[in-house]
Amino acid sequence: MRARETAGAMARSALPGFGIALAVLIAGLLLAFSVGRYPVSVGDLLAALTGQTVPQAVESVIFQVRGPRVLAAVLVGGALAVAGTAFQGLFRNPLVSPDILGASSGAALGAVIGIFLSLGIVVIQLFAFIGGLVAVAAVYAIGSMVRSRDPILVLVLTGVVVGSLLGAGVGLVKYLADPYNQLPAMTFWLLGSLAATTPGDLWPLFGPVAIGALVLLALRWRMNVMSLPEEEARTLGVATGPLRIAIVAAATLVTSASVATAGIIGWVGLVVPHLARSLVGPDFARLLPASAILGAGYLLLIDTLARTGAQVEIPLGILTAVVGTPFFIWLLTSVSKTWS
Amino acid sequence: MRINRRTALAGLTATLAAPPLLRATGTVTDDAARAIAVPARVARVFPAGPPAAILIYTLAPDLLIGWTRANRPEECAYLLPETCAKPEVGRLTGRGNTANLEAVLALKPDLILDVGATNATYVSLAARTQEQTGIPYALLDGRFTSAASTYRKLGRLIGRIGEGDDFAVYCERMISTITQRIAYVDARDRPRVYYARGPRGLTTGLGGSINVETIEMLARNVAGETKGGLANVSLEQVLLWNPQVIVTIDLDFAASVGNDPAWAGVDAVRNGRVHLSPKMPFGWVDFPPSVNRLIGLWWLAKILYPKKFPEDIHELTREFYTKFYHVNPTDAQIDHVLAGRG
Repeated sequence: MRARETAGAMARSALPGFGIALAVLIAGLLLAFSVGRYPVSVGDLLAALTGQTVPQAVESVIFQVRGPRVLAAVLVGGALAVAGTAFQGLFRNPLVSPDILGASSGAALGAVIGIFLSLGIVVIQLFAFIGGLVAVAAVYAIGSMVRSRDPILVLVLTGVVVGSLLGAGVGLVKYLADPYNQLPAMTFWLLGSLAATTPGDLWPLFGPVAIGALVLLALRWRMNVMSLPEEEARTLGVATGPLRIAIVAAATLVTSASVATAGIIGWVGLVVPHLARSLVGPDFARLLPASAILGAGYLLLIDTLARTGAQVEIPLGILTAVVGTPFFIWLLTSVSKTWS
Repeated sequence: MRINRRTALAGLTATLAAPPLLRATGTVTDDAARAIAVPARVARVFPAGPPAAILIYTLAPDLLIGWTRANRPEECAYLLPETCAKPEVGRLTGRGNTANLEAVLALKPDLILDVGATNATYVSLAARTQEQTGIPYALLDGRFTSAASTYRKLGRLIGRIGEGDDFAVYCERMISTITQRIAYVDARDRPRVYYARGPRGLTTGLGGSINVETIEMLARNVAGETKGGLANVSLEQVLLWNPQVIVTIDLDFAASVGNDPAWAGVDAVRNGRVHLSPKMPFGWVDFPPSVNRLIGLWWLAKILYPKKFPEDIHELTREFYTKFYHVNPTDAQIDHVLAGRG
């Protein structure tokens, strides 16, 4: 009885946090739809969205270019934030980001190999997606072969080691690549961008992200237990092994799908969970949705800056770092107490 | 040992008087303002990168030691078979060295040639490699407009002055014929061209980039306001620029853009003015940045100003390939090249 009252009070206290997260997302959506390199008036925007006829260029800007890109930014931002939240909880470490187990490095290697072989864009994205999945599966397989009292530590170490090996693989492919054609494409891909998003990219992104996010959301209560030390979690009757696999698999699925669409975008999965935690507290039942909403809004704002700031695209990986670093330092100095 | 002025002078004199490895017959000042002693006999030239390899191939295919990267069989259909089959020797400059200095020495070149940027990075690299290997290392300007002077200098360096001058005159005539015919067109009235790279056509060359050097000679580059190299742009920006002509090197993009609703609002797409650049055996517009782009200038001129350039591109192609690539392409081969296929 008392527990329920406490939970109710906590839920109420999380409301302002959710309000802020939602406000960021809604503001981001309004801003993202109304600004861009191609001027679209609010009237034209509303007319197009309500199905009235508008000039063809305006229509293709809204439905073919800006619309898909806005949705992709929402999905990728939300996905990376959710994956980061899950990993930070699983590894009980605030410095963990979604690429800790090599998902980004694997996806990067897959993509540069695809570019090296001059494959089509869809196949390159597929290579990246599979590369991310295979890399994490390999890390997990190697990690579980090592007998240790601290499986989490082994997993992280394996992830770091395999990640740097994959990084060397990326370096090798770049070294062998044609410097006039392939190398720039690889460099651009590794810097991350949503510039080339088409409507056709949305379903392959949405599917894995939705599945992974739903799995994580369904595991929210058990994830709270997983953030306790291993022995305590087991004492509480949680099968940590299978649960860990489920969390890693779900987080990897959403990360790989995001990276395959947008390239390497750091910082979102690291910074946003902290911000969400400071808004709604550490309970995963609230933290996961809050992270998703906040991550979506955050990347949307960053991507809006990336595509409007200059005539040329500003790579997302650069912007997220430039915006994310000072933000993270501020977060560390002002609200670090919320982690413990 | 005490060094006084006399011993110092004596040492200096000895150094100057010492017979060089290869007896020089004069010097040529390369485009990095370095005096290169002309080797008495040049039988083997090492290309530091693809532009140099192409330049040597055109002027003196028999002297070329090898290629930065091995050619593909499709490319060899448009080159002298025995020269095309020469081995891969790696890259000495540019983005990452793949050639090993010992391997370069083992090939016993009489001259190392680099054609491209002449900034401090490449000048110091040239000086260092020459010092390390003792092989004359000439750095020549790779800019399109310098093609004639580059041929003249190369001709002097390898002892084929007549041939070098002949190529130089050809380049000068070609460039001046084309530029003079459009000289009357005010810069503001020139066609607005977007240069598309990548499978989605969203990578372009900014103002002053070597990738759009020929395009900017004849037309307005819509992305030219921002200076730089290659960059990604958003489709919204392309829609805003609304180019009249799109030139691309990407087969996939050229094939798909016409059916892509997102690009339907671009004038160039609506009017069927998306042009896929030929690329065999070497690209006509962009890479490698060497004399292979000369014929691309004709091609671009005909696309942009069809009335001013009534010449048959087939004949121009045949002439260029005969003179520069030393082959006689068949009609079918020329059609294949002009279709932009790889």
